Amino acid sequence: MTENREFICVTCPVGCTIEAIIEGGELIAVKGNACRRGQAFVQEEITNPRRMLTTTVQVIGGSLPLVPVHSSEPLPKSLLREAAAALRHVRIPAPVSSGQVVVPNVLGTGVDMIASRPVPSLSPASL
Amino acid sequence: MKELTCDVLVIGAGPAGLGAAYEARRAGAGSVLIVERNDEPGGILPQCIHNGFGVRVFGTDLTGPEYAFRWIDRARQEGVAILDHTMVLELGRGGAVVANPYEGLIAIEPRAIVLCMGCREGPRRGMAIRGARPAGIYTAGTAQRLVNMEGYMPGNRFVILGSGDIGMIMARRLTLEGAEVIEMAEILPYISGLRRNLVQCIRDYDIPLNLCTTVTNVFGHERVEAVELSVVDERWQPVPGSQRRVPCDTLLLSVGLIPENELSRAAGVAIDLVTGGPFVDERYATSVPGIFAAGNVVHVNDLVDDVTESALTAGRSAALHALGQDGALGEQVPVAAGENVRHVVPQRLHTAALAQSDVPLHLRVRKPIEAATRIELWADDHRVLTRRVRYVRPAEMVTVTLQPEHRAALEGAHRLVIHALEA
Repeated sequence: MTENREFICVTCPVGCTIEAIIEGGELIAVKGNACRRGQAFVQEEITNPRRMLTTTVQVIGGSLPLVPVHSSEPLPKSLLREAAAALRHVRIPAPVSSGQVVVPNVLGTGVDMIASRPVPSLSPASL
Repeated sequence: MKELTCDVLVIGAGPAGLGAAYEARRAGAGSVLIVERNDEPGGILPQCIHNGFGVRVFGTDLTGPEYAFRWIDRARQEGVAILDHTMVLELGRGGAVVANPYEGLIAIEPRAIVLCMGCREGPRRGMAIRGARPAGIYTAGTAQRLVNMEGYMPGNRFVILGSGDIGMIMARRLTLEGAEVIEMAEILPYISGLRRNLVQCIRDYDIPLNLCTTVTNVFGHERVEAVELSVVDERWQPVPGSQRRVPCDTLLLSVGLIPENELSRAAGVAIDLVTGGPFVDERYATSVPGIFAAGNVVHVNDLVDDVTESALTAGRSAALHALGQDGALGEQVPVAAGENVRHVVPQRLHTAALAQSDVPLHLRVRKPIEAATRIELWADDHRVLTRRVRYVRPAEMVTVTLQPEHRAALEGAHRLVIHALEA
């Protein structure tokens, strides 16, 4: 069965509208993508849609109560809510450095959660 | 009062201020100081924890905090001084008076100034929503700060008015934090943010989005208990009988951004009423000699990459001014918004500038055209350039770049006009 589907690519802020022809679950052709990443995006949307996850994790004794974190690579879309719910209960001690692995292998996916910024310890001098 | 001199004073340490200060140093300015009223540099970026930043500037997809810290590090490595916790009280051609909790009042006398104050959110007043004044009404950016930086959830059941990018991003964020986003309403017949956010923030989470819909009433005494949503006609008037009551405990407003120009006005800088920001030329020089401006204080950008690029230009220009190397600029010509164009930045340009470099013109259209569109630039009665694009949308800024080869065609012109026409 041949199916025409429209996708909006989320790879970059351009957001190309891509028309795809799909036959029996297989991607046959794409039209409207400004670059090659558009085709890869549609391919993944059909087989295994993935998204980056960005959320926050609690910090104990930091200059901020939270540190923003991002996934080291996109996670399966179906796991985003579950991963965010699990990360809501994570608490890590300050100091946190930028790029630090805050939670390794989230939900057994092999994807790590990485700190997006430093959070220094709240020292008495800075009070 | 303490006194301080510097080559370039930058007001605001968001992405515009960091980029401008960095580039001013690289262009030869001896001393560059940023004053910032917040307790840390970065501007709004530290609360924008999502990714999508820096694809053009760094060639990689960063989160807001990562983008901010890259520029904080770059600026510091270039020897830029950042004075945070510092509020500008007065600003004029001669300099600024700032207040700092540790140093008291400081009079700063710079050779050049770059305005990088950014923008702020449109308030409820701007929407003239009637009804009660209970707790539970926030701008989307305030909610973003509470959730992402302070660890505080402002509600459980949300209605979001406006489909700007911050509103859509907060719809996803609140859903991931376990809240329920009942509905997003947009008064226009199209979304006002980027299409990628419609996919990854709204459709991915099955959040109902209703276009041509607005909030016409708010109910609740202590706390929001419900809002009334109505369908609007093409003149934004509620259609009688279309109203429905939607129970919720929080209303978020994502209804546009306003360049923050109180200081610019105080300094005598002429403001474009369409953009809400200073009139600038291709150097991002304002109407006041020695005062430059960049980023969202000039006009609201969709992408931080564009903010940074304007800041690099403004920073370089400010350094040259400080060093007395402005050079002979020659004649300037106004650039006007033509058919289906809401505004253009810069609003005037020196044609001689094209001898050295390209000049990007940034425009925003009035109405979407979901078909092939010609962007045409006319100098008086002849066409200078045509660019074809696949569509134009008010939410997505369009950039056309003038190149040295166009200079001859612009020479002696009285007025440039830019149009966005269906092909």
